[in-house]
Amino acid sequence: MTIPATSRDTTPATDAPAARTAGGALVEFRDLRRSFGTARALDGLILTLEPGEMVALLGPSGCGKTTALRVLAGMETVDSGQVLVDGRDLRGVPTRRRDMGMVFQNYSLFPNMTALDNVAFGLRVRGQNNANRRARAGELLDMVGLAERATRYPHQLSGGQQQRVALARALAIEPRVLLLDEPLSALDAKVRLQLREQIRTLQTRLGTTTLFVTHDQEEALSMADRVGVMRGGRLEQIATPGELYARPSTAFVAEFVGTMNRLPAEVVPGGVRVLDQVITAVDVSGRAVGTIVDALIRPEGLTAEPVPHGSGIVAHKTFLGSTTRLSVLLSEELTVQVDSPSTQAAQLSIGESVAVAPRDSQILVADPTSSAAIPS
Amino acid sequence: MVAVTGTEAARPPREGALTASARRSWGRWVVLLAAGVYFLVPLYAALRFAVQTPDGGISLGVFGGIPAQQGFADAFGLSLNLALVTTLITLALMVPTAIYVHLRLPQVQRLFEGITILPIVIPPVVLIVGVLQAAPAALKGTPYLLALEYAVLAMPFAYRSLASGLQAMNLKTLVEASRSLGGGWFTTAFRVLLPNLRSALLAATILTVALVLGEYTMASLDQYETFPVWVVVFDQDNAHVSVAVSLLALIGTWLLLILISLIDTRRGHRASTPGES
Repeated sequence: MTIPATSRDTTPATDAPAARTAGGALVEFRDLRRSFGTARALDGLILTLEPGEMVALLGPSGCGKTTALRVLAGMETVDSGQVLVDGRDLRGVPTRRRDMGMVFQNYSLFPNMTALDNVAFGLRVRGQNNANRRARAGELLDMVGLAERATRYPHQLSGGQQQRVALARALAIEPRVLLLDEPLSALDAKVRLQLREQIRTLQTRLGTTTLFVTHDQEEALSMADRVGVMRGGRLEQIATPGELYARPSTAFVAEFVGTMNRLPAEVVPGGVRVLDQVITAVDVSGRAVGTIVDALIRPEGLTAEPVPHGSGIVAHKTFLGSTTRLSVLLSEELTVQVDSPSTQAAQLSIGESVAVAPRDSQILVADPTSSAAIPS
Repeated sequence: MVAVTGTEAARPPREGALTASARRSWGRWVVLLAAGVYFLVPLYAALRFAVQTPDGGISLGVFGGIPAQQGFADAFGLSLNLALVTTLITLALMVPTAIYVHLRLPQVQRLFEGITILPIVIPPVVLIVGVLQAAPAALKGTPYLLALEYAVLAMPFAYRSLASGLQAMNLKTLVEASRSLGGGWFTTAFRVLLPNLRSALLAATILTVALVLGEYTMASLDQYETFPVWVVVFDQDNAHVSVAVSLLALIGTWLLLILISLIDTRRGHRASTPGES
């Protein structure tokens, strides 16, 4: 097992839609630094968004993701570093001249305007005549499926409809960059699911370079071409969703994205011993034999077989469709999550004794109870 | 333990609890009645006095004769003029200030609210001296000096009205949304913010007008015969008319305040109307 490289990969993944469209702009963050008092919101952020690409910034509260987006929008300044759009340094360019559409977390429609007038606002500011802007606004409302709600005021629309109008409004000005600041976080689960599909479809169709900030990993992984995980104002890793899940570069990323079990292990020659099994081909990053470490294993990287007097007891079962997630109690302090095919899991009952073992799959190694980056 | 709690929760309210509730309800009515008597009896007495004729009868003619009273038109005209100028000065100063404080200096909002209520506790004569020190020379000796003094006096009411309007809207997001769409400050202010501050602006205007139409001390100290000063002076010649005018002024102010309340109620109702999913 190979531990992925920890270098910050800012190049687009092979499946990123770099050549999808010429409509979007190339966006570059170069070593951005920004502090608020003693707190560092951005600490040397380096990131490139290819034209037409959707990049999601994911991370816990205070990691700097929203600051990064606001810096790009011109709503926040940096202490040092550069933001370039198509090679042009945006320093000193005010928000209103950046040509970026933005959808906010809070409902941001102008309450005194109808949906149509909201969408047409940016066109009006740009001096387009009434007929043109109404026609264009109508097209965009149609695109987000709200043509029949054009004359409604924001208070007459549901939360999901308001965000769709906000999306249409942001797209109406034909921005070169679209900024999405947790636009789905205030919506209920069903609407969120519908809207994220709609946003993705529209973004793909229009080819607008998009920076999407979210704390919801499911949203980030399902929508973005690449996902950047931020921590402490820096990018821990940026990669395609699949790569991020399968080959996280740090323990923090591994535990932040998806579910991860942390099991006590010991470095042995050629690998690690975990759950009384030696797993080879694990990169222990130079740790000496006998070092106590934590093995990070995803639920699908473990198996649970019913045996008398096994190492664990099934404490809980969660049906997920084709698989069932088992919570297995290994000791008083240690419970692990194991994904098992639902047909097999159906044979297990709560309280049943099982043997938990690691599959021969990817295992990451970290210092015990630490989320520190794994040295390469 | 849980079962016991559940049983207790399921019990009907005890008789004692009902009695206490009824007592509280009666208490509220008594307080309301006392307050009503306290406010309405003097008004009734004033009305009775105003409409009473020398022979003990009742006539509403006193109200009809008000406009023809000597000095009324000038005093009322001056007060209306001052109300207009004061309102313009107050809004011109307070609207940008309130928006700026809420948008850029939210950390000093409390401090600013404290500052704005100072005119209530500072004696009028001190305010007059302060305004005299700062006023342009061209205004000194004109009644418009009063407008500057009234603008200071109206600050607590105008600022609070505007502040509540700004707090009710998502100011920062609306401004950022407008800016991101290309709106300059002028466009943002006149197309986005002011239309959404309409009822707050109306409230600030009405309160300022009501204040100007009712303010006596400053006008009297500055020796201008505004409407309230005229009422007091005229009271010495014809107390019936003076009281009738005061009553009308009071009713006019009430109507304005009810108008604000109705507008706010309509806005609240509109805001709470559920959207369709």
